[in-house]
Amino acid sequence: MFTALWEYRSFIISSIAREFQSRYRASLLGAFWTVAHPLAMMIIYTVIFGQLMRASLPGFEQTPFAFSIYLCAGIIFWGFHAEVLSAMSSVFVEQGNLMKKTAFPKICLPAIVIATATVNLSILFFLYAIFLAVIGHWPGSVIFAALPLLLLQALLALGLGLLFGSLNVFFRDISQFVPVLLQFWFWLTPIVYSAQIVPERFQQWLLLNPMHPIIAGYQAIFLSKSVPDPATLIFPMLITVILVILGGLVFLRHADELVDEL
Amino acid sequence: MRAQAIAVSDVGKAFKRYSSQWMRAREWFFRIPSHEKRWVLRGISFAVEAGTAFGILGANGAGKSTLLKIICHATRPTEGEVVVQGRVAALLELGMGFHPEFSGRQNALMAGQLLGLNVNELNEAMPDIERFADIGDLLDQPLRTYSSGMQMRLAFSVATAVRPDVLIIDEALSVGDAAFQRKCYRRIEDFRAKGTTLLFVSHDIEAIKRLCDEAVFLDQGIVSSLGPVRSVCDAYERSLFGGEQSKIAASDAVGSESPPASQYAFDAALTPSCEQVYGTGEALIQSCWLESLGGERVNVVGAGEPVCWCFSVRFKENVVAPVFSMMLKTRDGEAVYGTDSVFLGIDPGGFDADETVKVVFQIETHLVPDQYFLNCGVRKDTESGSVFLSRRVDAGILQVSGSESTSGLVGPADLRGKLTLLAPGSSHG
Repeated sequence: MFTALWEYRSFIISSIAREFQSRYRASLLGAFWTVAHPLAMMIIYTVIFGQLMRASLPGFEQTPFAFSIYLCAGIIFWGFHAEVLSAMSSVFVEQGNLMKKTAFPKICLPAIVIATATVNLSILFFLYAIFLAVIGHWPGSVIFAALPLLLLQALLALGLGLLFGSLNVFFRDISQFVPVLLQFWFWLTPIVYSAQIVPERFQQWLLLNPMHPIIAGYQAIFLSKSVPDPATLIFPMLITVILVILGGLVFLRHADELVDEL
Repeated sequence: MRAQAIAVSDVGKAFKRYSSQWMRAREWFFRIPSHEKRWVLRGISFAVEAGTAFGILGANGAGKSTLLKIICHATRPTEGEVVVQGRVAALLELGMGFHPEFSGRQNALMAGQLLGLNVNELNEAMPDIERFADIGDLLDQPLRTYSSGMQMRLAFSVATAVRPDVLIIDEALSVGDAAFQRKCYRRIEDFRAKGTTLLFVSHDIEAIKRLCDEAVFLDQGIVSSLGPVRSVCDAYERSLFGGEQSKIAASDAVGSESPPASQYAFDAALTPSCEQVYGTGEALIQSCWLESLGGERVNVVGAGEPVCWCFSVRFKENVVAPVFSMMLKTRDGEAVYGTDSVFLGIDPGGFDADETVKVVFQIETHLVPDQYFLNCGVRKDTESGSVFLSRRVDAGILQVSGSESTSGLVGPADLRGKLTLLAPGSSHG
């Protein structure tokens, strides 16, 4: 599988480039639109929650832009998760004709999705980094703790995405279900609010959400400049391993059948 | 014997069919088998030697495309196995991996990579792609500005930019103008000479005959005929045109008026199965047949020989000044020749009810060897227009076979071409 990916690396790279070029081909502002959407989201949430509702983060009342730092960290990395999941769940259906008519390793398609999302993430992160540097809140070397987090997050999305993507070929309900799931998941993860404001009796439920410790990890890195506690990540890792195995099995087992259904 | 490039052994392909999505869910989640298998291919076995060309024939839905997809590993067989040696380039559909917004050059790169070539190889081959596609400045214009013929040129150029070990072509060559088609065929021939194996699917029997050494004829998912290309093509043609031969033969297509069939020049299988009959009913074409000048029933004629297209008409009512007509068409339905009694200056006079007449059109078959369809009719011309009393369309098939005098390669008429090569300076005799 990995050798197949390697052999088709230039195809994968061109596909990513094409993905970006085609998205903004006939537009004036081009790549600006890549960041416009998350930027708008960040501005809206900062204004509404940070200014209008005077939401402040317990323990960071003195830090300027604390809420923005917190919010952006969450939204940027959640955005990666959401993008991978929704793109993965429909990629096989969208590329159905290509899969039917050409013999290329099908694993290229998920690889392209993840790589494209990573490029998108990098652009946003670059802007975020500038913002952090400008306000003088650069986390320093702690930032490298984000890399294993990102790997974990990507694997989680890959496992779930493969599962959804393969299932979606057989049951198109999945592509309807995923946006709904993502909506709930987003609001059930402390991104625009902080975990502390969740009432005591619901706190334990937060622990069932594997995305919560991951996002909380980023928030810790960028807001309090501290390395996340590895213990909190054991549960997401466990879930990730299960999902990667499950998604991988479903994909491998049905990879041949996928083509027949498209 | 040369090495096998493609070995297909006992391949079968079945698609699962579920009565509803819930049945599929039941099978998925509770592991209760809930599907029925629909076999589209069964027990397909053949081998193709390296450097030869192999044709796949069959009606729509016979499983040709599925078989190609299996051979190029786009899909997997349900049973049996396929072994292919070397790099495969497959043109299953034109413009796979093409994106309308990108330039021809960018698309060529992308499509090439999809075929498993790397960027270096493609950059190296780009001048050749450019030359072969021959679309000039358009190569740097967005693909959406291309005509389908140009897209086809580009797609073929990319697929054949680097000589593959196995080249698979599905109907793709039917697009594009004749000049480019010849160019494609030349390149294919060139590849074959260098050892490329060709797998070719087409409805164009003549193209298959011209290109291929061996062929298989698939009928509803099973091998109906396999072997040298001539015999397979014959079998295919028989099934195409003679699908309902017994039915037609039993009807009045061959009436009592027709003469005894020639032992050598009559192929009973050459009976059209697509005949259409209509008319006002004032007259009826009872039967129609081809006969030689000697009066024998024939339907296989050497190119250039004369043949008579005969039909007998029985009038049901009194008809004044009917016009008898005929037409000869290519397999594609294009008219090659048509005439009628008015043009030929024959005034048949009038006919009474129940009167019968035998009409004989004698023609000379200056045609390129192929099969031709014949119409016959009897009509009445009035001031308001012509109306057919009786007409039979595609009522006969004439097989023109090659002879020593045949000079044409393509397209219906044999214009008796001759070739002279003159050294510069000399003049025509």
